[in-house]
Amino acid sequence: MSAPSIPVIRQTAGRGAARAAARRRHHATGAGSDRRAGWITYVILVVVLLLSAYPLYFAFLLASSNAGAIAQTPIPSLLPHGEFFDNVRRVLASDIQFWKAFRNSVIVAVVTSASVVLFSTLAGFSFAKLRFRGRGPLLIFVIATMAVPTQLGIVPLFIVMSKLGWIGQLTAVIVPGTVTAFGVFWMTQYLEAALPYELIEAARVDGASMIQTFYHVALPAARPAASMLALFTFVGSWTTFFWPFIVLGSTNPTLPVAVQLLQSTYFKDMSLIMAGVTLSVVPLVIAFVFAGRQLVAGIMQGAVKG
Amino acid sequence: MATSTTNLDSPPVRKTDRDPRRVGLRQKLGRWDVKLSPYLYISPFFILFAVVGLFPLAYTAYVSMHQWHLIGGEGKFVGLDNFTFVLQQANFWRALRNTFSIFLLSSVPQIIIAILLAAVLDANLRARSFWRMGVLLPYVVAPVAVSLIFSKLFGDQSGMINALLNKIGLDSIRWHADVLSSHLAIATMVNFRWIGYNTLIFLAAMQAVPRDLYEAAILDGAARLRQFTSITVPMLRPTIIFVVVTSTIGGLQIFDEPRMYDQFGQGGSDRQWLTVTMYLYELGWGSQKSFGRAAAVAWILFLIIVAVGIINFSITRRISTDSAPKSGRKAKR
Repeated sequence: MSAPSIPVIRQTAGRGAARAAARRRHHATGAGSDRRAGWITYVILVVVLLLSAYPLYFAFLLASSNAGAIAQTPIPSLLPHGEFFDNVRRVLASDIQFWKAFRNSVIVAVVTSASVVLFSTLAGFSFAKLRFRGRGPLLIFVIATMAVPTQLGIVPLFIVMSKLGWIGQLTAVIVPGTVTAFGVFWMTQYLEAALPYELIEAARVDGASMIQTFYHVALPAARPAASMLALFTFVGSWTTFFWPFIVLGSTNPTLPVAVQLLQSTYFKDMSLIMAGVTLSVVPLVIAFVFAGRQLVAGIMQGAVKG
Repeated sequence: MATSTTNLDSPPVRKTDRDPRRVGLRQKLGRWDVKLSPYLYISPFFILFAVVGLFPLAYTAYVSMHQWHLIGGEGKFVGLDNFTFVLQQANFWRALRNTFSIFLLSSVPQIIIAILLAAVLDANLRARSFWRMGVLLPYVVAPVAVSLIFSKLFGDQSGMINALLNKIGLDSIRWHADVLSSHLAIATMVNFRWIGYNTLIFLAAMQAVPRDLYEAAILDGAARLRQFTSITVPMLRPTIIFVVVTSTIGGLQIFDEPRMYDQFGQGGSDRQWLTVTMYLYELGWGSQKSFGRAAAVAWILFLIIVAVGIINFSITRRISTDSAPKSGRKAKR
């Protein structure tokens, strides 16, 4: 808990952000919750925690076991067996090209996150702080597009991708996700509160062009929201299946596609499948340990504003 | 409050050296810069949305009225034949039934549990961040992985859940073979992944409820439960609408979880958990390779989602105009 003090926030991120932070802090320190949580609350929370963590541990338990043991004991013992690394080795040696899929997932997630953050911050800066004709209706349009089930356009999208010769190429997955309505809306909301007009004016008076103003003033102010947006985009990209499954296929898979392949090829070998599942899940779980707090904060801020 | 906000440590912008003879040009450029930059900065979203969002949706209508083969490409115009074909298929109706069933089984309990869990987390807790992260953990697990894990947990013969049921003296449930049970299992996967996420959304909304409302209620002698039903839930209405809308759009397009529920990906031996999006995939990329028919399914599903959205909207609007809670604070965005 090393959050900056409210005055520091005011100086670095502007008055709006300071006010928002003060409001949050006020709630966070439990205004109104004069009631201290009783032990029943903690019992409920422990149960919930077990329910959300056990399925992952279950996957690891099976991944450290073997087909014979799994068939005999539907309820696995609480402690893992010793065959996890053997099973991992078998996943790596299998036909699913695990490392290729891993590399693909990293590339797609990193490139998508970076471009979503860049383009969303640019658009958010424009919507939040620049005056131009049609600004209001255009912003409403952006928000409205969030309710459009674009996944249903996959047939023509696939046709377009095959015309471009992108079937089986990572570009077919990366390009459609380079900027999202959610990202634009998110950055607009944040910059509206966090970026004072005075800073923009000061930069303009000093002769900075628009893009210089963006780079030197808006981008630094947007950093907290931008890192949250990057996290969400990364998680979304890492876990998405439908479109990569259709457009990439088994020759050049991302991780979820490769794991799917593992199941359809080796469906009798549960310990192998679960080793693959564990391998695909572990990177994000590790990231979650470090950045989970930020994800939580991001969801909660988005909810209050959105 | 009036503290200056302009104390930058290092001046971030270098001053441009003015060349007297080119001031005119520079000013003109500057004006264009001011005028065009805003549009330039928002253009990536609009271009991308037009190309990968709007155009494909519209073009879906065109494809749906043609014979169109995955590899062979565009064929002859067939009018509404693809639609009549699809609407005559038992599998389409089965898929529609399954989709709505799974959707209801996932979204309704999901919202109720999330609100209750948010109320639990709203208390004055020790290690607050820890518990919040705990409920969010499943969100970072890919649906594909969730589905593989749960399809094993829900195994008909050697699944852990049936073994536990047997232990307490209950009969095994045919989680894959039976229609409703399989829907319940798939809905559980969706709930597993999304309850925590929605809990945090509701928690944030709960913390934004003005505390003086509760104080007034306490003075009026309202018990904890009464406070929850008469203040907390009504004040959450805008958030509930938001969650309902997003879960509708996602829920009716469900694919990953049912696809991975067994190794064949056909929605079960009797298609008992085939969903509309799975059916779309099967028509377009399965044995038929008919993009025309797949596009017809996409359009039908699109219309269904729009219709459900309108119904959602009118119901929730009626509720909120009938009994909007009066308070000093704007409850809406």
